[in-house]
Formats: sequence, structure tokens, C-alpha cells
Amino acid sequence: MNTGTDRVKRGMAEMQKGGVIMDVVNAEQAKIAEEAGAVAVMALERVPSDIRAAGGVARMADPRIVEEVMNAVTIPVMAKARIGHIVEARVLEAMGVDYLDESEVLTPADEEYHLLKSEYTVPFVCGCRDLGEAARRIGEGASMLRTKGEPGTGNIVEAVRHMRKVNAQVRKLVHMNDDEIMTEAKLLGAPFEVLLQIKKEGKLPVVNFAAGGIATPADAALMMELGADGVFVGSGIFKSDNPAKFARAIVEATTHYQDYKLIAELSKELGEPMKGIEISKIAPEQRMQERGW
Amino acid sequence: MMKIGVLGLQGAVREHVRSIEENGAEAVVVKWPEQLDELDGLILPGGESTTMRRLIDRYGFMEPLRSFGESGRPMFGTCAGLILLASDIVGYDQPHLGLMNITVERNSFGRQKESFEAELFIKDIADDYNAVFIRAPHIVSVGVGTEVLAECDGRIVAARDRHYLGCSFHPELTEDHRIARYFIDMAKASKASLANS
Repeated sequence: MNTGTDRVKRGMAEMQKGGVIMDVVNAEQAKIAEEAGAVAVMALERVPSDIRAAGGVARMADPRIVEEVMNAVTIPVMAKARIGHIVEARVLEAMGVDYLDESEVLTPADEEYHLLKSEYTVPFVCGCRDLGEAARRIGEGASMLRTKGEPGTGNIVEAVRHMRKVNAQVRKLVHMNDDEIMTEAKLLGAPFEVLLQIKKEGKLPVVNFAAGGIATPADAALMMELGADGVFVGSGIFKSDNPAKFARAIVEATTHYQDYKLIAELSKELGEPMKGIEISKIAPEQRMQERGW
Repeated sequence: MMKIGVLGLQGAVREHVRSIEENGAEAVVVKWPEQLDELDGLILPGGESTTMRRLIDRYGFMEPLRSFGESGRPMFGTCAGLILLASDIVGYDQPHLGLMNITVERNSFGRQKESFEAELFIKDIADDYNAVFIRAPHIVSVGVGTEVLAECDGRIVAARDRHYLGCSFHPELTEDHRIARYFIDMAKASKASLANS
């Protein structure tokens, strides 16, 4: 029996497709998420909008919170480690967390190197803004991708930009001649072998979810329409007036993202969504998507 | 041409579609109960069983899925789909569809880091099958008339009860389409016998 193989790690993400992964900060929220139909929960100490508000250094969550969430639900539990923080990642792996997010939402521990994710038994999800970044993370062993978007803003514009960019670059690559790929690898800063594989298969070798700014059911459906395999919802759910209702609405809009009458129905009277921040109002050094490379 | 549906509420839907098409049958992604009428067989894919159950309830799939099975048309559950089919689930008072005469236990091989690949003998299907187990359930016991098709490490991981087929691993994640072939043959046989009855 072989554990930690690419097939097992990537396959785990395949099982999440068409689903919603929700940020939670305690057992009670985790249960609400599971009840609403989330395919997994991300156990955190603070949701991204609170991290943004609090400032300072954001680290891995208190293991106690992660443990509490793991004991509360039967769906998979994910947790975030800082970019390049080998020990936070190993600690979460040792605790039995099902999936790690090497995440720009936390303050990076290493500004030069990401984790060598192929060395771990636990699978990783990583953020990306374009195909170069996506391919570098796959090269390091990420088993799942997500757009970076701009977390904790309730503003979908960056997630849309990143999803469109990655997919447009994949389409371009797939139609290239073989002798053009090395130059594309150089231009993108992407591993040549990963690009070859994408060209051969006609798609990314791992699933790509949308994340970073999804605040309404229509936002979730929009990301599915643009080709996301599923969505992460961070601050949106538990910052809303009625989290259980809101969570259910996001799940349904993701499943039936082209059923507009249904989305209209389930968007009714959801209460005030999170306020949202315009990206230009965030100083460049405060933008989480600029973390990592 | 045989028409095989894949319940498309959540999970590894497109992989099953590919494996059906590789075997020369037509695949239908089922998002609404009305679509069940036109099918010769139905696959319940891998994914998160709790999520699928919520969506089954919300879209009124429960009774239509049960009558689909009771009409004698074959159903095949993989991983989460196996849990949906089972008549008993360890630790739960109620099953989901409860159609297949087996008792299953969820996540019984452990958490994700214990997920694995292993070589299996599967009766009537393959003697060298590479199976991918992801947070997999296993079949604790089978009822009278249910045939065990494969075991792994002393645990039952594939079985057949009349026109119900189930396995705790993910055939759709490999390039080996022999199990889908076997299921399509089940659908052909049942279509022929339903037509004659």
C-alpha cells in the first residue's frame, strides 16, 4: 500500500469538485458549514477580513482550534501554514489535517522559497494569479490550486482577474507548437515539464478553485461560470447576518451555477453581505496577493 | 447505445463520464430528478457523502433515486456513492438510499494522510487492479445474496447485490476502465431482461 502518492493527493481534491470550502474559526461554525453542505472546512484562528483588520503577523492557527474543528465534523478539515514555514506545515500534517493551504493570507515566513510540497504525505493547495505561478506551485508538488483573489475584501474583481488569466494562458499554451513551449516557460517563469504536461492533457493537472473575495451566491456562481472547479468562501459566510442560510445559498448557487431563477430565489433576503473594500484603497504593500511569487 | 447517468451534484463527475464514454456508452450528467427516466443505469460518484445527501434532499432526489433502483435498473456507487447506496451505516440510525444490502463504515482507513493506492484482485473483473483509496469507507459486512468482489487488507472493498454494484475506492481516477465496462454490461443485461418481462 502506497500513501501520499500524486494520485491520492490530487484525487482528494478531485472529490471536492463542484463544492464549497468554508473558513471557520470554531467547532460551532464548522458544524453549521457541514450542515449547509460544505465539502470541507478551513480551520482558522481569524477569517481573512479580521486578519486584515488586526494587522501584525498572522500565523498558523492555535492547534487547539484545529483539533476542535477536526473533532466536530466528518468532512475533511484544511488548515493554513505560512508560505515557506516548514515546521508549521509539519505540525499540521502530524495532527492529521486533511489538506494544507500554504497561504498568502498569513504573513510569509520565507520571502524567497515556497515549501517543497512533494516531500509531504498531506496534500497542499496553493494560490496563483497566473499560469507561471500555478505551474511553479505544481512543480513544487501542490495537489490543488486556487486563485489568490484579494482575501478578506468581499470584492470579487481580483479572483475574476486571476481565474481569467490562468485559463486564457492555458488555452494559449494548448494551441502552441511544441517548439514554442520552452520560450513560453522562460517568459512565464514556469517549469518546462509542467507546461508540456498541461499542453498534452489540454488542462491543468490539478483542480483549480476560486478564492479571495467571494461575498454572494452570485459571486460563487460567476467563478464557476468562469471555469472554477469549486469555491473557497472566507469571510463572507460568518460575517453575514444569517450564516446558516447564507452558507446554504452559496452551496446551491455553486451546484446550479447556470440556473439563474434558482440563484435569484436563494439570493432573496440574505441580509447585509460583508461591506467590501475597493482594491485601489488597499496600499500595494497591504495586498495579500503580492505575497509569494 | 446504452445511456448511463452520473449523479452530478458534487464530486468526481467528469472522470466517470470519461470512463463511460471510453467504453462506448453515452454519459448523462444528472442534475435534476426528471433526467433519471431516460437512463439505463446510474453511477453515484465519489465526493463528500454529507454534501451529496444535503443536495439530494434539497432537490427532491430521494424518492426518484429509490424508485430508479427499485425499477431494476443498475446503480453503481463509488466511495461516497457506496455510502449513499448502503442499507446500514456504522454509527448512524438511518441509511441514505438504503438500497444495497451491505453495512459500511465511513472514513474507516483514517484521515487523508492514510489514503493509499493498492493492487487488488476483483472477482470477474481484474486480477491486477490498481485501486485508489481516498478517505475511504469499507464494507463491514454483506447481507444474504450479496457477493464480495474484492478485499484489501482483510476488509471488503467491492461487492455486488443483485443490480447494485459498489466499491470503496475510485475507479474513475485511473485509466483502467474495466469496472465501468462491467457495470455497463450489467445495464445491458438488465435492459434486456426488463424488456422481456
